[in-house]
Amino acid sequence: MEESIKKVSIVVSRGSLEGVYPGLIMANGARMEGIEATLFFTFFGLHAVTEKKMDKLKVATVGNPAMCVPSAMGPGLPTWMGALPGMSWFATGMMKKEIEKLDIPPVREFIEMIHDTGCQIYGCKATVDMFHLSKKDFCPQVDDIISVGQFYEKSAGAQIIFT
Amino acid sequence: MEAVEQKNITLERDADSNLKNLSDWSTEIAEVLAKEEGIEELTERHWLVINFMRKEFHEKGDAPSIRRLTKESGVDTKELYALFPKGPAKKAAKIAGLPKPKGCI
Repeated sequence: MEESIKKVSIVVSRGSLEGVYPGLIMANGARMEGIEATLFFTFFGLHAVTEKKMDKLKVATVGNPAMCVPSAMGPGLPTWMGALPGMSWFATGMMKKEIEKLDIPPVREFIEMIHDTGCQIYGCKATVDMFHLSKKDFCPQVDDIISVGQFYEKSAGAQIIFT
Repeated sequence: MEAVEQKNITLERDADSNLKNLSDWSTEIAEVLAKEEGIEELTERHWLVINFMRKEFHEKGDAPSIRRLTKESGVDTKELYALFPKGPAKKAAKIAGLPKPKGCI
């Protein structure tokens, strides 16, 4: 039998709703399987742990040819329509409703839950400096702001997953 | 517990080594299954989770998500991971004599 996965380090680099959730679901899923997990938020992914942004993440409708209405199997939405006012708001509402149906918590509650499972949560120092942020801008679950070097140190023996 | 071992009952297991027949389960069997998972003694808090899972399974046909478990059983996520280290949903389901939960959350 193949050796089972013991530890994962998941990088979340995007700040849209559909960019953030996969990493969170994978981190939570890892802990559910008894796998050690670390979450590292970088670039716009940091919005998922930023106090002022984390409750307002939106689905990116511009430049997304996979976008369909009213459901995933509906007709494709012409890409230019994704730029219409209110499109992102509409798509975000739809997705949040479906997410809730699956009993997946909103981002803030999910981050709290994942942290409670013992997953460590870090912000990327280069991005924090670039965006002129500091530790107080983040939700309390962020354990530390670390450099990429520290990230690799903490990921020793882990599989690194970039999302 | 002694009685179970002495009677030498062989329990049918599925691919995840959970009980194949829900009807084989009893509180004594739960103690045996818990030991297999490295939990030496089932406390009142363990039983709260196990009983909640069994109730949910019988009502809905699948074990509850961690979110429902923490919201409705009265045991929070941290305690859940302390009670059933390394995967509470999976372990509690096994000890409760249920199949491995299908959900992702």
